[in-house]
Amino acid sequence: MSEELKLTILKKLDSEGSIEDTTAAFKDVSEDVVLGALKSLESQEKVTYVTLTTEFWTIEAEGKDQLENGSYEARIFEAVPVGSQGITIKDLEAKFGKVAKLGQGKCLANKWVKKDGASLVRVADSIVDQVKAGLETVHATGTHPSKDAIKDLKRRKLIKANKTISYAVSKGAQFSTELKKQATDLTMEMMQSGAWKSAEFKKFNFKSLGVNPNSGNLHPLMKVREEFRQVFFETGFEEMPTNNFVESSFWNFDALFVPQKHSARDLQDTFYLTDPTVANSLPDFWETVKDVHEKGGYGSIGYRYPWSEDEAKKLVLRTHTTAVSAHMLNKLAQGPYRPAKYFSIDRVYRNETVDATHLAEFHQVEGVIADKNMSLGSLISFLDIFFKKMGMTDLRFKPTYNPYTEPSMEIFSYHEGLGEWLELGNSGMFRPEMLRSLGLEEGVQVAGFGLSLERPTMFKYNISNIRELMGHGVDLGMVARNPACRLDKKMGKEALQRPEAVDEI
Amino acid sequence: MPTIDIDKKELFDYLGNQFDTASFRELCFEFGIELEEDSSEKGQLAEGKRAQLKIDIPANRYDLLCFEGVSHALGVFLRREDPPLYKVVPVAEPHRITVSPECAQVRPFVVGAVLRGVTLNAERYQSFIDLQDKLHHNLCKKRELVSIGTHDLDTVEGPFTYEAQRPEDIKFVPLNQTEEMDGHRVIEFYEEDQHIEKFLHIIRHSPVFPVVYDAKRRVMSLPPLINSEHSKISLDTRNIIIEITATDLTKVNMVLNILVTMFSKYCAEPFTVEPVEVVYPDGKKFVYPDLEQRTMSTTGKYLNGIIGIEKSNEEIAELLKKMSLEAKIQGDNINVKLPATRPDILQECDIAEDLAIAFGYNRIPRVQNNEATVSAPYPLNKLSDIVRREVALAGWTEALTFSLCSHDNNFAHLRRKDMGDEVVVLKNPKSSENQVCRTLLLPGLLKTVCENKRYALPIRVFEVSDVVLKNPAVERGAQNRRHACALYASNEARFEIVQGLLDEVMKSLNVISVVEANEGMRYCLEEADIPMYLPGRGANVMLIGEDGSSTELGTIGILHPEVLGNFDLKTPVSAFEINIEPFL
Repeated sequence: MSEELKLTILKKLDSEGSIEDTTAAFKDVSEDVVLGALKSLESQEKVTYVTLTTEFWTIEAEGKDQLENGSYEARIFEAVPVGSQGITIKDLEAKFGKVAKLGQGKCLANKWVKKDGASLVRVADSIVDQVKAGLETVHATGTHPSKDAIKDLKRRKLIKANKTISYAVSKGAQFSTELKKQATDLTMEMMQSGAWKSAEFKKFNFKSLGVNPNSGNLHPLMKVREEFRQVFFETGFEEMPTNNFVESSFWNFDALFVPQKHSARDLQDTFYLTDPTVANSLPDFWETVKDVHEKGGYGSIGYRYPWSEDEAKKLVLRTHTTAVSAHMLNKLAQGPYRPAKYFSIDRVYRNETVDATHLAEFHQVEGVIADKNMSLGSLISFLDIFFKKMGMTDLRFKPTYNPYTEPSMEIFSYHEGLGEWLELGNSGMFRPEMLRSLGLEEGVQVAGFGLSLERPTMFKYNISNIRELMGHGVDLGMVARNPACRLDKKMGKEALQRPEAVDEI
Repeated sequence: MPTIDIDKKELFDYLGNQFDTASFRELCFEFGIELEEDSSEKGQLAEGKRAQLKIDIPANRYDLLCFEGVSHALGVFLRREDPPLYKVVPVAEPHRITVSPECAQVRPFVVGAVLRGVTLNAERYQSFIDLQDKLHHNLCKKRELVSIGTHDLDTVEGPFTYEAQRPEDIKFVPLNQTEEMDGHRVIEFYEEDQHIEKFLHIIRHSPVFPVVYDAKRRVMSLPPLINSEHSKISLDTRNIIIEITATDLTKVNMVLNILVTMFSKYCAEPFTVEPVEVVYPDGKKFVYPDLEQRTMSTTGKYLNGIIGIEKSNEEIAELLKKMSLEAKIQGDNINVKLPATRPDILQECDIAEDLAIAFGYNRIPRVQNNEATVSAPYPLNKLSDIVRREVALAGWTEALTFSLCSHDNNFAHLRRKDMGDEVVVLKNPKSSENQVCRTLLLPGLLKTVCENKRYALPIRVFEVSDVVLKNPAVERGAQNRRHACALYASNEARFEIVQGLLDEVMKSLNVISVVEANEGMRYCLEEADIPMYLPGRGANVMLIGEDGSSTELGTIGILHPEVLGNFDLKTPVSAFEINIEPFL
């Protein structure tokens, strides 16, 4: 059928040059069928067409009644006899039913009749039924020359607006009277039969989205972690074994020269354990650590307080991965001197009340460089390289305090977009009280630096609430939507907002 | 990090009116303190209020915790003034505090000093009070280690005694009160006081309370809680006696020295302090304060080396002056005099930091360190990445759940019993979500599905991460174990889907199912009665070594509908969770 219509259209165009109005040309074919044929022909560039819209009015059921029998008000007027006697409203209602009510209002408004007690009496001698005349015009022509008349009839729900759509068609660039079936896709059958050679392919809509692949996804925080690991591997770092969340206070604090009454060791800040409660043992150099706290040594006057072995044995969830760095440095010290670079990215714990920027567990990125030539200058130089790989240049450093590094530096980077200095992390040279008790020989300097993994991730992926990044509350759609992590490229707030992809995992 | 409030105009005047907020912020950055806020910025200053600067002070710089300290330190840093030289002036008969033997039971140490001829005004008085608050909060560990009492010397009479008495025997009117109280009443009374209440625990269970008396048996203070109304300081006070009691002798001296050095500025003869003698029960006598400068010896080689600069000893000495440190050169040695205000300097490295600040952190030349080292991933992390990629490539989405959870999540909700040999229990969690370290990844993933119900089924999530298990054989009594867990939630449980994923993971690790091979490293599923799975739909995942030995890796199954109900899930879920460490 539609193929037939298409051919008819093409033939008509061939003979007549154009079709001015499809409704006139194809009276028996409905408009949507015509449109389907035209669209198909247009996609083959055989025709072009423009849409013609005509408005017309049709008469509703109530309008038909009034067209035949006169308007309600005219009917009422006719029912009121000439003379002062008139007719009672009761009689009118008995005779006309609901028409009586509707009609008499208009009659009164038009001053055709007036009320006289319970009766209506004539005022006008004769009337013209404008409503009926209007309806007759609409009936005959489909419209009315007076806009007010249309408005009034429409308001009284006597007529209804209708539209006819038709099309003016002319020849397209590829006009011919021949029709070929268009292929929508390349199929195996076409390949086998060779039909693809003569096939005409339907025009493809490139302004569309593809079908979502049901792919798996890696978590954005883990993607950022991978980027960081890559940077560490590019700069000669060995990854530390950080798979021990439970740590003794000794390794977490004492070995790092954090005094036992330091506020970081308060129950308010650190998770302690009830089961198990204490470490089974302390490493063999614990007395060296005790001495350096109590009496000093290695040129230090120490903290001069009574150090408690019991306190050191208390188990905690590690508050930083520096506990592991201390282990590694202690191990490094067992062999002859060699320069070493260690890094880790893993979970650490703080007894925080969770809010938009704090979690009880988060990831710490840490790097440690042990070298006889290590200085603040070479640490700064390294940090320049490290952060440049993440697209952060223009670093500057602020003196700060940290119980186990001295000198210590906070790392800042200027962010063009935000117009402010962002704190990236912390760094410094480990104190000799710590290094020497761990067994490193004099002159071996160790620089360390650390930052949280979540902060740059939130920044790069434009996440403002840390709870949306880690934990079971994470939106899996967010995980699926996020782009690959390329720390050296502009991402998140820095880059343009991406449109939301399809909500499928 | 402590924060102090400083009057902006007063400080800017003191520094010679050369700063605006922005340039002062830069100065702070360079010096290692941080201008957090200027109350006149952003038009937030109320009418009639003077602009205040909120400054963050490093936690070890007790000498910068008040206007007097910060203004001097910055003045010296800017070379506008020389550091003051603090002196203890000898007096014929110093005031004496005699310590009674009972003090040893509760708070053994006391030190003291006298500030003579001070001139106070409202600002100085407030600064004096604020500094004591800051010291109490930080260095004194909320008064546990050290607590300060300051008194109008002209209202009391020496010699003084430091005693420990039964609470009922101590009677006095506490500061700003009118009621005479005994020790018990003091505890009861301050129970309602938000500020003092925090310190009650320090002595309330002791049979005796520490108390300082004057010669006429008038109570001067009940450390660490409250001073007496009688001896309180007013703006008219001219002579101040300070007594500081403590359980830590090192810190009490630090506190005394900070307090007297900062406020001796307002004495008739500035920067002088009169001594107080303390006599212990064994007859030993000590004179406080000890403002003697310590000398620490260092070398240009060390200082230059650690910073990465090349300065002569003379240049170093000149730079250290900016940090209020006086240095004398003696051959290769630089002998640095450390004022009583700088107890934070413990070792040469602390001098190195001061030198680096004086030189300017951001002027230190970049020197690339070219020592070659070899990179290497931690093998377990490398293994995890293999498994993670394999599972993600198979169409699973990675979750990252917390390693802490409630006890119920880990046990009751999974229909598991806590036999006490597995889970690490936290002592002081602030939330019930942090009661234990997880021993399985599964509860976190079930919660993840619960939070993501809005998505179309199926939901496929996985995690490769650590669980924590008790192990009495290791130093810390517990150790991590790397697990891989994946689950499939849909309208049907479809055991074979997670099973297929497990097959895929095993293949990637070069382990073959017993269905396909009968030698080499293999794995098999052994039907087992595992309460968290639907009966008949749970199995142990077993690894069979080349020698035929078998190790349990974990479990696989369709989760028991009760378990799903416990995690508020209405869809069937199948899952596996295995230990991947045997594949190392």
